[in-house]
Amino acid sequence: MKSIAFGQYYPAESPLHRLDPRVKIILTILYIVCSFMCKNVLSYALLLISAIALVMLGRIPLRIVLKGLKAVLFVLGFTAALNIFWTAGEQLLFEWKFIKIYVEGIYAAVFIMIRITALIIGTSMLMTYTTTPIALTNAIEDLLSPLKKLHVPVHSFAMMMTIALRFIPTLTEETDRIMTAQKARGADFTSGSLVARAKALIPVLIPLFVSAFNRAGDLATAMECRCYNGGEGRTRMTVRKLRFADIIPLFLILLFGAGLVALNILKIGYTM
Amino acid sequence: MAETFIKVENLSYLYDADDGNTRKALKDLSFEINKGEFVAILGHNGSGKSTLAKLLNIILTPTEGKIFVGGKDVTDQNMSDEDILALRKTVGMVFQNPDNQLVATIVEDDVAFGPENLGVSSPDIRKRVDEVLGYVGMTEYAKHEPHRLSGGQKQRVAIAGVMAMMPECIIFDESTAMLDPLGRKDVMEAIERLNRDKGITVIMITHYMDEAARADRVIVLDDGRLILDGTPSEVFEEEERLRECGLAIPQCTELIHKLRAEGISLEGECVSLEDCVALIERSLKKQ
Repeated sequence: MKSIAFGQYYPAESPLHRLDPRVKIILTILYIVCSFMCKNVLSYALLLISAIALVMLGRIPLRIVLKGLKAVLFVLGFTAALNIFWTAGEQLLFEWKFIKIYVEGIYAAVFIMIRITALIIGTSMLMTYTTTPIALTNAIEDLLSPLKKLHVPVHSFAMMMTIALRFIPTLTEETDRIMTAQKARGADFTSGSLVARAKALIPVLIPLFVSAFNRAGDLATAMECRCYNGGEGRTRMTVRKLRFADIIPLFLILLFGAGLVALNILKIGYTM
Repeated sequence: MAETFIKVENLSYLYDADDGNTRKALKDLSFEINKGEFVAILGHNGSGKSTLAKLLNIILTPTEGKIFVGGKDVTDQNMSDEDILALRKTVGMVFQNPDNQLVATIVEDDVAFGPENLGVSSPDIRKRVDEVLGYVGMTEYAKHEPHRLSGGQKQRVAIAGVMAMMPECIIFDESTAMLDPLGRKDVMEAIERLNRDKGITVIMITHYMDEAARADRVIVLDDGRLILDGTPSEVFEEEERLRECGLAIPQCTELIHKLRAEGISLEGECVSLEDCVALIERSLKKQ
């Protein structure tokens, strides 16, 4: 229960780990945009290569990356199937009763699988695996800090996120404990209809909520005792300064995007 | 002479009980704590000891009475927010449940939380964090996630987090109650060193007798009233009164008391196992 698929920091020494988290967030957004600019075989090939390059740059064991992908295996399969069976095209490949499979469908399926895989690898390599959640939250706070002028409570949101992240494993453990306790007294979570199973979860959720509220109260007191007063006049242990090395990846991704656009204009290879 | 650090005068605290009535958690409490003292506040469940802890740094405000910290009346209605922050910086607090007091997802970030709130400069925070983590022996876990640590380790991180604010006094509100024996031992050692080496005033709220025995002074609360106040050996002499409060003296002390009652002469005080062994050894050698 302790490993909640993708979204877990993996400590390692790598260029990606050292990269400024603010840059990583911007990179992630640009990478997502890039992945949607792919329109032909070559650009998807580039996208796939870039994803592999990211895994290598982040020095995350392949086993961990694949485990993260396992969580979306169903989505991958489902969208691929949809694309194979429902894409109509010109080159008919296979026909059986009402099922018609076109070459275009196969392409579409492969493309969407590459896109989803690249999206997941890209975002997790750039952010979750290589950045501590707290660095990520701090970076989001930094990037959104211009909004403070508009009285948007940026710090409070960042604090809420930090605390949520901090308590996910704690509450997961707690859920485990409550479920075990209920099982020991004969509760059954695995059989019966969907409704019956959902109902069986109520005796788990209620104690979980009660304890979560208690924890929240305790934590608020503890935070007050440590002089927390809403972020005013607060300093930080690690102040990030943008280094030259942090700017290079931004150029690279712009180059990558430009390359994709060029490929789209030149229409090299099979194009959707 | 030791100077008074905390002075409590006629302190009472009323709270709303679940049945709608108000109850008194603390009744007319008065005592003083000196700078650098190691005081254990002992009491059974519901004796008001945790309420007292929360009053001492104005998490709760007293219904009646006054509290002075460092000569300053902290129960004054006109305390500004800055004054309250200054008080909480001076009087730190470590709670019972280690899980519910760690804020950050990485150990060193959590330790930095307090000084960050105080607006300490970044290089200084770094220095403090490294120092206090070393002090509680958690340096090698600096980059770990708190939920992967044991209870005792989490509690030592919590202590480091409070120490990083450089308080003059730390209140431990049953900070060992949820720990396994090994974790308790580590945390108790950290607390003792804090007091002995750093001169930090320690107020330890507990219901463990063997922990209270390690303090300089023990204050016993029962039903919101101060029952006994003295050195551990003085307090443990009052076996009967402690029993009335639902507290039992340490087994080793009880053994010595029983032996004395049998007419065996054992001179000296006995609050710990070591004392007990030494007393019996001496007595046997004399024969």
